[in-house]
Amino acid sequence: MTEVLKVEHLDKSYQKQPVLHDINFSIAKGEVVTLLGPSGSGKSTLIRTLNGLEKYQSGTITFNGKKVVPNDKNWQTLRQKIGMVFQSYDLFPNLTVMDNIILGPTKVQKRAKEEVIAQARALLKKVDLLDYEDSYPRQLSGGQKQRIAIVRALALHPEFMLFDEVTASLDPEMVRGVLNIIRDLADQDDMTMIIVTHEMDFAKQVADRVLFLQDGKILEDTPGNQFFDHPQTTRAKEFLESMNF
Amino acid sequence: MNWEIIKQSLPMFQKGFELTLYLSLVGIIGSIIVGLASSLIKYFKIPVLQRIVAIYVEISRNTPLLIQLFFLYYAFPAIGIKISAQLCGIIGLIFLGGSYMASGFTGGFNGVKKNQIESGKAIGLNNWQLARYVVFPQGFALSVPALAANIIFLIKETSIFTVIAIPELTNTAMDLIGLYYNSNEYLFVLVIAYAIILIPLSIILTFLEKRVRYGTFGN
Amino acid sequence: MAHSGINVLFEGTNFTRLLGGLWTTVQIAAVAIIIGLILGIILGVLRTFHNPLLRLVLRLYLEFFRIVPTTVLLFLFYYILPRQMNIHLPGPQMATLVFALWMAAEMSDIVRGALISVPKHQRESGLAIGLSRYQLYRYILIPQAFTLELPATINLITRIIKTTSLLMLISVMDVINIGQQIIEANNQHYPTGVFWVYGLIFLLYFLIDYPLSWWANRLEQKRMENIND
Repeated sequence: MTEVLKVEHLDKSYQKQPVLHDINFSIAKGEVVTLLGPSGSGKSTLIRTLNGLEKYQSGTITFNGKKVVPNDKNWQTLRQKIGMVFQSYDLFPNLTVMDNIILGPTKVQKRAKEEVIAQARALLKKVDLLDYEDSYPRQLSGGQKQRIAIVRALALHPEFMLFDEVTASLDPEMVRGVLNIIRDLADQDDMTMIIVTHEMDFAKQVADRVLFLQDGKILEDTPGNQFFDHPQTTRAKEFLESMNF
Repeated sequence: MNWEIIKQSLPMFQKGFELTLYLSLVGIIGSIIVGLASSLIKYFKIPVLQRIVAIYVEISRNTPLLIQLFFLYYAFPAIGIKISAQLCGIIGLIFLGGSYMASGFTGGFNGVKKNQIESGKAIGLNNWQLARYVVFPQGFALSVPALAANIIFLIKETSIFTVIAIPELTNTAMDLIGLYYNSNEYLFVLVIAYAIILIPLSIILTFLEKRVRYGTFGN
Repeated sequence: MAHSGINVLFEGTNFTRLLGGLWTTVQIAAVAIIIGLILGIILGVLRTFHNPLLRLVLRLYLEFFRIVPTTVLLFLFYYILPRQMNIHLPGPQMATLVFALWMAAEMSDIVRGALISVPKHQRESGLAIGLSRYQLYRYILIPQAFTLELPATINLITRIIKTTSLLMLISVMDVINIGQQIIEANNQHYPTGVFWVYGLIFLLYFLIDYPLSWWANRLEQKRMENIND
């Protein structure tokens, strides 16, 4: 198995408060990792660090065998290979759905517009939103916006995807559609993914591995099934109980 | 109120009206150019220029237009620089308005949500692309209310031009009062004249604000 | 020309006269600001009530002071009060009145804006624990609105201070008027005196206004940081 991402001894503090402490893990190609843990445990900070949106004080991130030198320029190049979807969707309100999707591929990757549009349509079809390419984000529901946000990230042909609580602001009936898309990505496309979520059933279904975080530390790094059925630490046990799992 | 007096004064007020409009227009366009340039320098943190802009903005925002005009019109000739009254007025208005417009634009750029910038970064946009496709389109829309308020403000500030005897609206009224003493009539026309400019303009600007806001953000 | 222009400032009592003029300016601004603040808060609160007539009257008051340039407002009071209403106020008091009414108008809009942007659930929670309308405003809405409105209020105050430069138009012996007298009296000996006198006045205004707008900026920045976190 090829290692896509490796994190070693990552430390981050914010205004002298430690947020992440000695984080170590790696992800193989095609692997799906879920980050679980109580709120404030550092899950979102960790996943944002992996996309260069948060700075870190020490440690290394290695991507495809190459150590990342953390500066703006390098992260900007890397982000084309790392797709990220956020809790608040954050489609660009001034652009149509299609323009949201093709902005990165045409402007950043300088790919031909026709090719990108064709690809975008194929992706839109996959998420059942082909009819909405000329709509503006304001005309879409939360679930639809989030599906478009996933398409926007996929259009860049990322090598792996980061999902940060992508269903947390959605109405319950919208959640399933979004989760199904992520599951298809795992099952059919073999996408490498890191997922921060509070949906325990979903996490159990997709996770090859679970990283359990508390107070900025990784307390458990275990295969998915094992984590849910036999958590090793009492903290994780309590956490699963508190989530009614 | 003597309507005959009002009627006789109208041609003179018309000249003042036109001059007020002309000076306002030139001043506003100039202010927008200076303000936009200043805010871009600030946004891209261009070295040296950024410092100059910061100093300019502080001086301009914290001193009265009247003193700025006196300086240009009365003090500069003492050191050998002579500028016509109208040009002084325009320079003064742009000097003042430029910093107000700069603050308006900068406020708009800063108002763009952090999430929007992050999702721009997440699709790999570089700084310039982020500015071009995310920050500027949304930032301009956010700055429209401030720009509209500045436009109204600058038009009203032209009334201060009367102190260097530019024959705009206020100066016209003051001249007429000085000559004929009919203060009620002339002040009445003066207020109406400003109302004719400012009421429709502020309605149009409010409408425009809503259009731009809806066009960009959908609410 | 043996005299350097800057010495005009220190000739005779010139400097103390200028400071005296500044004192007049500051007094007028201070009193107008205090009256305007109090009146503006009251009017702002009244504008959040549902009485349509009251709201219309206060709105018209605001719009009038918004549309008419301050220069013209000063002239309106200067000519119309004595000639039409037979009210003869000394210049400084009349100017204080004009600035106070103007400040109150602008302030009422700031206060109203801040009050209506206090989240609705705050108002409802207040009512739910049995507060009267007075108590609701006194303990919940006004304190919350205060932090929201403070930067705008400080900016308004800097505007009022800058606008006191118009005092000379209605013959108040403010710092600029005295400056002009000094320039005229010393023009023979100090041809470049004009540069220094206006330069000093420029600086004086800057020294008063700059700390205020610096403060407003800082408050605003803090608020933005809090929103973004």
